[in-house]
Amino acid sequence: MAVLEILTIPDERLKRVSQPVEVFDDELRAFIDDLEETRLDGPAAVGIAAPQVGREQRILIMDVSNTRKPVPNHGYLVLINPEITHWDGYEMGREGCLSVPDYTGNVIRATHIKVKAQDPHGQPLEYEMEGYEARALQHEMDHLDGMLFIDRVVSRRTDLFRRKVYQKGGKG
Amino acid sequence: MAEWKMLTLVGEDRSGIVARLTDALFRGGWNLGEASMIRLGGNFTIMMMISGSGDVQPVVEPVAQEMGLHLHIDEISGGLHQHLVPNVQVRVTGADRAGIVAQVTGVLAESGFNILELESDVAGSASKPVYIMNIQGYADTTLEAIEAALNELGDIDVSVSSIETLIG
Ligand SMILES: [Zn+2]
Repeated sequence: MAVLEILTIPDERLKRVSQPVEVFDDELRAFIDDLEETRLDGPAAVGIAAPQVGREQRILIMDVSNTRKPVPNHGYLVLINPEITHWDGYEMGREGCLSVPDYTGNVIRATHIKVKAQDPHGQPLEYEMEGYEARALQHEMDHLDGMLFIDRVVSRRTDLFRRKVYQKGGKG
Repeated sequence: MAEWKMLTLVGEDRSGIVARLTDALFRGGWNLGEASMIRLGGNFTIMMMISGSGDVQPVVEPVAQEMGLHLHIDEISGGLHQHLVPNVQVRVTGADRAGIVAQVTGVLAESGFNILELESDVAGSASKPVYIMNIQGYADTTLEAIEAALNELGDIDVSVSSIETLIG
């Protein structure tokens, strides 16, 4: 196990689109252990995505079971090749990022999500998520598409209603 | 270490204020730090941290004159990277009446709530104005304690919620 180096802005690699995982082997699983160790090493991050440590593959880890106020959650999750199959609702919430030190901002995210993914052995997974957990998933999935939350920050004065179209459109 | 100044400019809103001001600062060799710029009641207000060397007055004064802005310059201590992350949000809605802000913020101050950001506006109509305020801040006390204290105020709607900043 090892703590990996986290890329921070303005590193161009954070803007690249990650590739699907095709081989589910011990090397992959060892990397996932390192990725988790990296997540736990820094400030209290609820998620981390492989491209944040320079591995451009569609792998993410999330765990929102430790919030100050408990939220609906599925515990510790490793999602490989995740795909959102359904989303609904939208709300604003504050986000920060391991790759964007010393900055937080408001981002609009879908409130209800259905996601399909694979586990570290390639087996299919399916979850329904809401609220904070759905937000974490969308934040991490953005990393897989070369997007950062700072690309989506809005003012709190932003009219949520007018943003609906944008949100329904998925990744912008 | 950079020495920071705070520029404050206020004047009737017109197009090009930000562009003219920041262009003058850039040409004068000044760097921008954190800034807040917003239109309030037809005025444009700017508060902006800048750093650089020399006297900034001659750089900014011509722009202020040209754009009809009041200019104020302060030397400030402190600098960048001193953000406090809010953990509590307070929303207030009530009939627009004198003292609503003073009462709410007074209660918050007593509860040990440190205001980091406050936005307020008057909605409704001229005959039936409604005051809306959104406050984000930091408090070590519980949400319930803050809410209970605010509920004593009576005829206003108050909601207190936690802000869980997602780091990922
Ligand atoms: Zn992130």
